[in-house]
Amino acid sequence: MQQPNKLTPFFENLNFERDDNTMVINFGPQHPSAHGQLRLVLELEGEQVVKAYPDIGYLHRGIEKMAENMTYNEFLPTTDRLDYIASTSNNYAYALAVEKLLGIEAPRRAQVIRTMLLELNRIISHLFFIATHALDVGAMSVFLYAFREREFAMDLMEDYCGARLTHSAVRIGGVPLDLPNGWIENMLSFCDKVEHELEHTYEALLTENRIWKMRLEDVGVISAEDALNWGCTGPMLRGSGVNWDIRKEEPYELYSELDFDIPVSDRCDSYGRYRLYMEEMRQSARILRQLVPMYKKSEPQLMAHAPKYISAPKEEIMTQNYALMQHFVLVTQGMRPPKGEVYVPTESPKGELGFYIKSEGEPYAYRLKCRAPSFFHTGLLQEILVGTYIADVVTIIGSTNIVFGEVDR
Amino acid sequence: MRKYTPKENVQKKSYYTDRYWVAPRVPREEVEAGSHFADVVKALGRKAKESYVEVGQLVVHIKATENFEVIKTLKEECGYTQCSEQSAVDYLAQDGEFELFWQLLNVNEAKRVRVVTRIKENEAIESIEPLFKSANFAEREMFDMFGIKVNNHPFLKRILMPDDWEGHPLLKTYPLHGDEFAAWYEVDKIFGKEYRDVIGPENRDPARIDRYDTKRFSRVGYEVPFGEDISGGETENPIEYSETVLVDYNKESGKQLGHRR
Amino acid sequence: MAQHQVNYASAAGLPIALTSVDKLVNWGRSNSLWPLTYGLACCAIEMMASGASRYDFDRMGTIFRASPRQADVMILAGTLSKKHSEFARRLYDQMTEPKWVISMGSCANTGGMFNTYATVQGVDRIIPVDIYLPGCAPRPETLQYALMMLQKKIRRESANMNNNTKQNLRLV
Repeated sequence: MQQPNKLTPFFENLNFERDDNTMVINFGPQHPSAHGQLRLVLELEGEQVVKAYPDIGYLHRGIEKMAENMTYNEFLPTTDRLDYIASTSNNYAYALAVEKLLGIEAPRRAQVIRTMLLELNRIISHLFFIATHALDVGAMSVFLYAFREREFAMDLMEDYCGARLTHSAVRIGGVPLDLPNGWIENMLSFCDKVEHELEHTYEALLTENRIWKMRLEDVGVISAEDALNWGCTGPMLRGSGVNWDIRKEEPYELYSELDFDIPVSDRCDSYGRYRLYMEEMRQSARILRQLVPMYKKSEPQLMAHAPKYISAPKEEIMTQNYALMQHFVLVTQGMRPPKGEVYVPTESPKGELGFYIKSEGEPYAYRLKCRAPSFFHTGLLQEILVGTYIADVVTIIGSTNIVFGEVDR
Repeated sequence: MRKYTPKENVQKKSYYTDRYWVAPRVPREEVEAGSHFADVVKALGRKAKESYVEVGQLVVHIKATENFEVIKTLKEECGYTQCSEQSAVDYLAQDGEFELFWQLLNVNEAKRVRVVTRIKENEAIESIEPLFKSANFAEREMFDMFGIKVNNHPFLKRILMPDDWEGHPLLKTYPLHGDEFAAWYEVDKIFGKEYRDVIGPENRDPARIDRYDTKRFSRVGYEVPFGEDISGGETENPIEYSETVLVDYNKESGKQLGHRR
Repeated sequence: MAQHQVNYASAAGLPIALTSVDKLVNWGRSNSLWPLTYGLACCAIEMMASGASRYDFDRMGTIFRASPRQADVMILAGTLSKKHSEFARRLYDQMTEPKWVISMGSCANTGGMFNTYATVQGVDRIIPVDIYLPGCAPRPETLQYALMMLQKKIRRESANMNNNTKQNLRLV
């Protein structure tokens, strides 16, 4: 037994239990392949995991508490920091929840731009997934290639909103800006690039790669029933053969008008999930292409007209007295949504990202709960890691694609 | 005399609320006869105390003791095979109660149900972990954030906060910036309580400027050597904010319509 | 095998460069700064991006190491929560001297936008910081600039670390 004191703190790294011959090792919270601040306590018998205990909360920042002390518009930039790989999907999920609460709808052009940004973020997130997953499994060059393409997508985001990572590009009631000149053409050439690189770089490097297949096939098998039971959503659920995508089943924004397929894999393992991510990127590029004519046909209005909740456009604020007064009240006091509660799910790149908002008619949300997909995927680790070898642990963590900003919030 | 601030709800309040302001309510619709939700309500029978549709989702109010049976019925008879989310809302200040909700999803019908119940402070709730494994983490989080005990949970332990943390952060009594324990947590843990004086209190003012600090702040127009004392014997005065922001507009004014005769 | 012999006396002279020990040691230290991969939150993504293809950190002699024993500089990239703080301090203690700390992003500098109960309000409360890097999240170029500033700082220091007046209190 260790005697911890100030000079020799308690080391959970190594702890032999001589009675039952298992070894307890500590994995994290600072580990290069733990995708953030995941701490796993693994009980090993030889190289096999007999018990896994994910310990989270190392990135708990009190975001839900902040939401109770910020007005609705103030809180929006904070949602960037939930799933920081695809920030716009968080902004959007939050904005949509508030819009449902207010009972307003964004104008057509804002919807087109939002859908574009969402799909662009899906590509960014999936590229990041393939980069880190491959890096963890040992394919360094995929990391470098995937980050190369990801930078182009980041450039597009930067051209639109000025930020690389924390976009805040979606506002409650619409989007703040129209697309800049030449953005559409850049986006289309990016779609071409991604589709080309998908086929000629990532899939060429990985799909038939013997090592990749050996490391991924039949690793991290989740049955459909387990996946539902553990609250898996997104690619984790579709990788287990359940055809469930919120974009198709409970369509929001423009997804009901768009033509795209939902890839489903019934392999239930990490390899199936990898194929799924690749296919989803293709579908995202397909959606992006379809949105271009929709954008051109839409009217230039960007923010919903709801004077009770949303400030008028800048021209009106500068010219009309009533708009200025309304703007002043909305900025100093914040909007007051009606009393009620709402839970709005959206399909973020990781899975079902939902916001539960309980409003008491005050400018501050009474309770805001962020339903983060990664939180439940982390919970799943304690079951699927049992019985696997320690080398596969890294693969499984990689293929669950968890982001600690939204796990710990 | 220092202004009294109520301690049972320290959530930020709007600095001004119109006297005649009545908040509207999100429309609640009746459960449509013959719809999927009507079948759900029928399957629950008398267990559903109140049911309505709010923003496209069925909301069912139940008794707290029946939560396991209700969710079991929903899972096994109505096909709600996923528990998306579960948490609580703190109504201790108003009603002395917590409101608990379970957000369930039917994958085949693409329908969602929210099961809502209320429990008193210090009451426990039955775990639904045997039905939905996802409740394992969700209930632990609820325990961590609100201190709501969950019966028959396999491993009820703090999840987001450290094990030796005091207080439950999402309670309305817990301040956003934390209590004293939270303020000194990392110092106490790493260096020991005796280092509180060396390190000093946390700076919670995001706009704080220290005029004489030559280590962290540079001066516009002229440079001074790093770390040099430039105060010239003067002591730092704390920044005084304008008083106008501190006016309490919510205070009942002397002139009120009701008091006039 | 052919022998390569240079007659220094008859050629242009002995290849001698005169310098001070300080400069030589600092040249070595500043040009192979190996940071610890200490990604905590959002900034970690930008840190990865600066290590990846477009921004290519390796050209500055900066190669990320996973072990604190092999690292010279700790880039604290992201929000440090109170739960994590003791591990940050322990990792800092495990790094061998000489060691430097870059606090990357607003959260690490001051707590940033997360002015809450769970966040350490500035990592300088627990470890001494050399470079504060503002931004939320800072761009990869900013991180590279911070590293260049750190290199400048190292080149100014004395090679014997005991001679340096540490600006921050070395606690414990």
